Amino acid sequence: MSGRAAGAPDPLADALIAARLCAADPGLGGIALRGGGELRDAVIAALRSHLPADAPLWRVPVHVDDDRLFGGLDLVATLAQGRAVQRAGLFVEAAGGVLVLAMADRLSDAVAGRIVAAMDGGGVGRALVVALDDGDGPDECPPAALLERLAFRIDLHDAKPVAAMQGGEDFGDAGTPQTPDAVLATLVATAAALGIETARAPLFALRAARAAARCAGRDAIGDEDLMLAARLVLAPRATRLPAEQPDDSPPPEPQPPDAPPPDAGDRDQPDGETRPLDDVVLEAALAALPKDVLAQIAAGGVRRGRTRASRGAGERRRSPARGRPVGVRPGVPGGGQRLSLIDTLRAAAPWQRLRRTADSASRVLVRRDDLRIRRFETRAESVTIFVVDASGSAALSRLAEAKGAVELLLADSYVQRAQVALIAFRGSGATVLLPPTRSLARARRSLAELPGGGGTPLAAGLRAAIDVADAARVRGQTPFVVLLTDGRANIAADGRAVRSVAAADASAAATALGRAGIAAAFLDISARPGPEGAALAAAMQARYLPLPRADAVRMHAAVRAVQPA
Amino acid sequence: MSVSFPFSAIVGQDEMKRALLIAAVDARIGGVMVFGDRGTGKSTAVRALAALLPPVRADQAGYQDGTPRSGQVPVPFVDLPLGATEDRVVGALDLERALGAGIKAFEPGLLARANGGFLYIDEVNLLEDHIVDLLLDVAASGENVVEREGLSVRHPARFVLVGSGNPEEGELRPQLLDRFGLSVEVRTPQDLDQRVEILKRCDAFERSPAAFVEHWAADERATLASIARGRAGLPTVALPDAVLAFASRLCIAVGADGLRGELTLMRAARALAALEAVSEVTQAHVATIAPMALRHRLRRNVLDETGSTARILRALEEVAG
Repeated sequence: MSGRAAGAPDPLADALIAARLCAADPGLGGIALRGGGELRDAVIAALRSHLPADAPLWRVPVHVDDDRLFGGLDLVATLAQGRAVQRAGLFVEAAGGVLVLAMADRLSDAVAGRIVAAMDGGGVGRALVVALDDGDGPDECPPAALLERLAFRIDLHDAKPVAAMQGGEDFGDAGTPQTPDAVLATLVATAAALGIETARAPLFALRAARAAARCAGRDAIGDEDLMLAARLVLAPRATRLPAEQPDDSPPPEPQPPDAPPPDAGDRDQPDGETRPLDDVVLEAALAALPKDVLAQIAAGGVRRGRTRASRGAGERRRSPARGRPVGVRPGVPGGGQRLSLIDTLRAAAPWQRLRRTADSASRVLVRRDDLRIRRFETRAESVTIFVVDASGSAALSRLAEAKGAVELLLADSYVQRAQVALIAFRGSGATVLLPPTRSLARARRSLAELPGGGGTPLAAGLRAAIDVADAARVRGQTPFVVLLTDGRANIAADGRAVRSVAAADASAAATALGRAGIAAAFLDISARPGPEGAALAAAMQARYLPLPRADAVRMHAAVRAVQPA
Repeated sequence: MSVSFPFSAIVGQDEMKRALLIAAVDARIGGVMVFGDRGTGKSTAVRALAALLPPVRADQAGYQDGTPRSGQVPVPFVDLPLGATEDRVVGALDLERALGAGIKAFEPGLLARANGGFLYIDEVNLLEDHIVDLLLDVAASGENVVEREGLSVRHPARFVLVGSGNPEEGELRPQLLDRFGLSVEVRTPQDLDQRVEILKRCDAFERSPAAFVEHWAADERATLASIARGRAGLPTVALPDAVLAFASRLCIAVGADGLRGELTLMRAARALAALEAVSEVTQAHVATIAPMALRHRLRRNVLDETGSTARILRALEEVAG
């Protein structure tokens, strides 16, 4: 038994098990499947096959309108019958069955919010949700609120289709299995050790374990059920590794794998197992941790919500005239607002019989109240703010390369019609050399004239960046800060040359920038990148790019890679 | 209607529970905003409180069209979904009656239904701007005025606004934030035993809601009794001048914007005293309330990122000491 836990199980087999468990307990919410192409269909088919024969299955395209999803006025029937006819939404129609959300990574937070509300409303015949995630990279994933309510998330990228056929074995179905107290303690301890905050996770894990025990015909939740639950439910939600967490996150009760809490391990020691149950379960979860999560945890980054990560590409703004359509609202066209014909007709439809009089029997009667205007969402213009360390420590060797990289980035920004700003800090303060502009020539000139030498007033540089970024936001632009420095602050915010105060000030300014939600990249250009840079970047919530020996071209490539498209 | 998780069975989260109880004792405090991560029991607590409260007089709850009503109805609890349209929120022409009988009648919206009870908005920071504007207006005036589709209707809409949200997913507009009397921050308990207890209770509830609710019935009755006592005692709770001065000094020390902070602080302290069935507000009451009444009203200093709560606690020490 313990031998099986160590090996990494095939994701497809896991997905098939998850499908079986969801069918056994719809309270599990559903599955998020990442990648996988055609393999996903196998999973959906398996899920469908475990449900009753008449259970509905609906595929929801990403551009589904709200009416269809949550119900609304049926235009055709309303016109035909002369009275308001409501149509049930997909959520009602799919009750007791499966709702497949295609391209869930593109779902807007607002739609996800309503889906989530429908799922929470629960009770009356809820549908299982399968969210298909075609996202690429950690920033593109379904809205966090949706993922939170699906018990399982499985990454099918490395799945082998060969294993496909062996997941659907027929399980028995015994009554509700018993739940020993130790099971609860173990799940909670494992969740805590993996840094999982939400109370839903252990609850899902418990339901999954119970469903697994029931499917296997056991009358109590066994170790293998717990390990399965830990692997499928808890592991994908992990935000840290158990052994090395004490300083960066605040739990007062860290959970080193060698010392389970006294109340958890010793209550119930099944079949002479020498190691405490907690360890075994935790190990099962750890073995299943996806590679990219491990990498992220190792890099010190905690996974954040999607909204946080996707900022920067020009935040979304409402716009009357152009962009992606995001719905309609009542209103009179004009002043840049455009009429939405279909929605106007839809609003007018129920009234036709009432409005119709003898002389106007053949026309559709539209009144002012029916008018609907379209709303659009656009991307705001972006401003790239370069904050360049021109101090003695950084400048002498690296400034030329940094200038070269900035020049290349300037050229990019110019091509993308984005604005650029340039801030330099050296000596005792920071100077805004170039307020946001599109003029490439001006930017080049001020860059070339940038002298080097002196102390490193990093805090002053960051504050200047915050000011420029705030001003850009007020104008409706989206700022992106690129900081080039060695991170070794030695001039405090008040101009004193006290290294410890300078470091504290820099850290405070970096935190302020991070809290302000300004997207940023940190290019560490020191010859030997130290921990200061990484810590500052973390405080700024910025991408950290240590580039000790990079030339201008490589620096440019690195920033391009992290810059929002 | 499905059964709600019992309010008394919520593990921990004392500050949130206290804020909700205070709002239940004195509706004029103006609502509660709950900040916190997912899965910390925000919605559970709010729904539980509404389910717990005693019925209210029918002429003070729901849509009042002018016809006299008698008897009692359950406390209205309305969920405002994120995607709600203006029609749904403020009300619109009643299509069925207009088409069927040719009568121009008003179909009350969510605001009318929430009158006298609770209006709950989950993920309030994701709410569309034009709905927020609408809510601000109605919450300030206590009255919903509809001038559309040939209708001209006004009806009372006094409700306790309860919002919840995760600040990491979008900032709340200060105007809306200011409308909430109290704000609380909830976190997952870090104590392992508490977490086990949460899991145990949630599981027990999901498996057999009726039995679980029955098990907690006595505690629910006790909570309900303390709310009723609080409401009854509220008008007679004394507010000594010294305590008032303390509250003012505190507001000045933390630099809270506007006078609404002071007013809320005072009202909430009084409600807390009533809830605890004591006859006089003390400094301790004010100190307990201060973080939740003031934390969302502090002017944000970009460079001082000390948490608002810490700033209030610091000011409390200064003012008291």
